[in-house]
Amino acid sequence: MFEAIAFYTFSILTIIMFGITVFSKNALYAMSALAGGMIFIAGFFFLLGAEFLGVVQIIVYSGAIMAVYAFGMMFFDTTRDVKESIHSKKILYTLSVVSAVLIVAILSAPIFSSQIEALYPLGIEGASNTQVLGLVLFTKYLVPFQLTGIMLLVAMISGILLVSKRMDLNLTQEDNEEETREIV
Amino acid sequence: MITLTHYLVLSATLFSIGLVGVIRRKNILMLFFATEIMLNSVNIGFVAVALYYGDITGQIFALFIIAVAASEVAVGLGLLVLYYKRTGSINLDSLQIMKG
Repeated sequence: MFEAIAFYTFSILTIIMFGITVFSKNALYAMSALAGGMIFIAGFFFLLGAEFLGVVQIIVYSGAIMAVYAFGMMFFDTTRDVKESIHSKKILYTLSVVSAVLIVAILSAPIFSSQIEALYPLGIEGASNTQVLGLVLFTKYLVPFQLTGIMLLVAMISGILLVSKRMDLNLTQEDNEEETREIV
Repeated sequence: MITLTHYLVLSATLFSIGLVGVIRRKNILMLFFATEIMLNSVNIGFVAVALYYGDITGQIFALFIIAVAASEVAVGLGLLVLYYKRTGSINLDSLQIMKG
């Protein structure tokens, strides 16, 4: 009973928030609505028994990603309304129809998945959700986990390098005089 | 009683909202927001399937998707700031420099 109430409340709130994000003309409103929707999605994760993912969702999405967006929006002029002109209506409608057909195919996929069986079961006795997640993540998915770490490192370095000024040039090298003069 | 179908329908609805945003937005920053919505809706689907089939793999893939989204924002926003400094516009139409 409570599950149903929580599910419907969270779904209505999430859909409203993401609707504001997609249809709002003001970039600041869109970002705030997106942050709200992320927190409501964390509510779904708690409802589904994935406590670790819910906490990660709040920390990473509502904390880190939204902070990065807020910093990025300081570079742009966000007080003015976003002007958008849509030219090719024909391409837009074709793409909409194609994606609708795709979504029907995705939704009908569970019909063919009735013979799925669990490889790594959720319920190990006496272990919480975080412990089970860690057990499987550090045994079966160790290599993808390490690759994810490398990917995040590369993304961090590229983010610093792209936004900051003149960091792609070598400041200490003596023989590269053109670049040095340019910096000074 | 909430079943798996409820969660999958919700996931598809949110994915459609994100898809509409990707199709109709012309501002690149708004395009990033719509992409985040699509990634989140897929996460809901994965976690719901993980619970109803009793398999932890869905939650692990949701974790990987969160990591991918974080690096996408870092790189994408860095490129966007660089592009805005160079051209003074984040409109998608201003990217058509080849006049195709």
